[in-house]
Amino acid sequence: MSAPSRSTQDPAWTRVLLISGAVGFLVLFLFVPLTLVFAEAFRKGIKVYADAVTEANALSAIVLTVTVALISVPLNAVFGIAASWAIAKFSFKGKSLLLSLIDLPFAVSPVVSGLVWILLCGTRGLFGPWLQEHNIQIVFAVPGMVLATVFVTFPFVARELIPLMQAQGNDQEYAALSLGASGWQTFRRVTLPNIKWALFYGIILCNARAMGEFGAVSVVSGHIRGETNTLPLHVEVLYNEYNSAAAFACASILSLLGLLTLGLKTFIEWRLRLHRQKH
Amino acid sequence: MQANKRRRILPGFGLSLGFTVAYLGLVVLFPLLLVFVKASGLGWRGFYEALATDRVWAACRLTFGLSLLAGLLNGVFGLLIAWVLARYQFPGRRFLDASVDLPFAMPTAVAGIALTTLYAPNGWIGSLLKPYGIKVAFAPAGILIALVFIGLPFVVRTLQPVLEDLEVAQEEAAASLGASRWKTFQRVVLPQLVPALITGTTLAFARAVGEYGSVVFIAGNMPGKTEILPLLIITKLEQYDYPGATALASMMLVVSFGLLLLINYLQRKTLVRNQA
Repeated sequence: MSAPSRSTQDPAWTRVLLISGAVGFLVLFLFVPLTLVFAEAFRKGIKVYADAVTEANALSAIVLTVTVALISVPLNAVFGIAASWAIAKFSFKGKSLLLSLIDLPFAVSPVVSGLVWILLCGTRGLFGPWLQEHNIQIVFAVPGMVLATVFVTFPFVARELIPLMQAQGNDQEYAALSLGASGWQTFRRVTLPNIKWALFYGIILCNARAMGEFGAVSVVSGHIRGETNTLPLHVEVLYNEYNSAAAFACASILSLLGLLTLGLKTFIEWRLRLHRQKH
Repeated sequence: MQANKRRRILPGFGLSLGFTVAYLGLVVLFPLLLVFVKASGLGWRGFYEALATDRVWAACRLTFGLSLLAGLLNGVFGLLIAWVLARYQFPGRRFLDASVDLPFAMPTAVAGIALTTLYAPNGWIGSLLKPYGIKVAFAPAGILIALVFIGLPFVVRTLQPVLEDLEVAQEEAAASLGASRWKTFQRVVLPQLVPALITGTTLAFARAVGEYGSVVFIAGNMPGKTEILPLLIITKLEQYDYPGATALASMMLVVSFGLLLLINYLQRKTLVRNQA
């Protein structure tokens, strides 16, 4: 951006007023609630906090949250790579339709994202009778929670990779192939290094949503303590039992995850900008 | 011609596209399609009977009304924040810029209980409002606050790149022709922001309509008064009223698809305009 000249510079009082307005709004809407999470978590002291996050149900909720993310994030990362390879490197009919369809889960309410799995795999669902016959439990169990999470976090990696790979073009891949590299070698040695930061970016956002998802998982979870409660669901249970200190203690872990995500995201954005300036 | 050539040179087209379409179909399209198949099984009469109740109507009015209001409020405050971040230099600007995405990064349930505790009658802000008889938590105002919270990044992040790319020369020209700063903003800057502003507001609105986690704690969830549509779906599921839940879900899906199409159209229009 060029240095603003006097004529396009807002008067000092306007600047001060607008900056205070923006800062005031962000403080009220973002920073005060965030501060409150930690204040409430530690209100009854460090011991109550430590007990709340190391209690058996909290630990099993953490393990389940990590498990669900460990399954759904790699699935969607592989999908993101495949989709961006097909969409960015080739031209074919129906590409823009495919692009819109990939974004679809972002438009769907989390509650509906959970409901679809009940209609599909619930006892009265399409596959319900067959699943019951074979004694497979999907809904109100971990597989259903994974499916709901996969649905909700579906577009994250793909939508980061597609525009980047489209902008990068195919020239480097052509060069590698013409020098005798195999298709897989080309992908691993040429494409992957070019997209690694965007891939990491997408995975981080995907993971944050996967671990923090509430609505979709809430619908398909059976809310069985110590079994099908992820950390956000555990927070809800504690909060509804008026166990505020424990609820906020667990919420503070999720907030730290959110802050870590934001920090990494900002760092990668800075790296990506550096990368772009170099080229 | 070129397409064919490309297809021959780079490998993996069939594999990657095949996997993409299969996975998309299996995980997203087929389950969504099933909602409509199930809903159509109700017949028009059953569909109508499931939706034409006072409770559903009240939830619709509340959800769409407050989402619209939240979208508009986000439009105003999002414009303010995007303007300040894009145009002014001040200490802490980068930090503020990064923090705008906090509602994306914070799990919705955490935001929900934090806002509820904050605005409850004995909370930090709720206790300040109580003497004036203002009730926020467990009232529509609380729902509005939660919806503004989760929708804010959409408007800021849509406006920011457009603001950064604006030609300062146009503003200089307006100023040199004697226009005041406010007039320049009104006549030169704002018209160029309108498409992005509408897109961002629509995105915030679309997110608000389906939002559950951040709203459900602060809402109070009184049927007919502070019950939002997503919660009503869950209530129907818990009562084993699957037809009712399916009918509501299919209606919400139609609205989301309509909004998605509108957003796609608006974004394409913004892109064309910026490239021109």
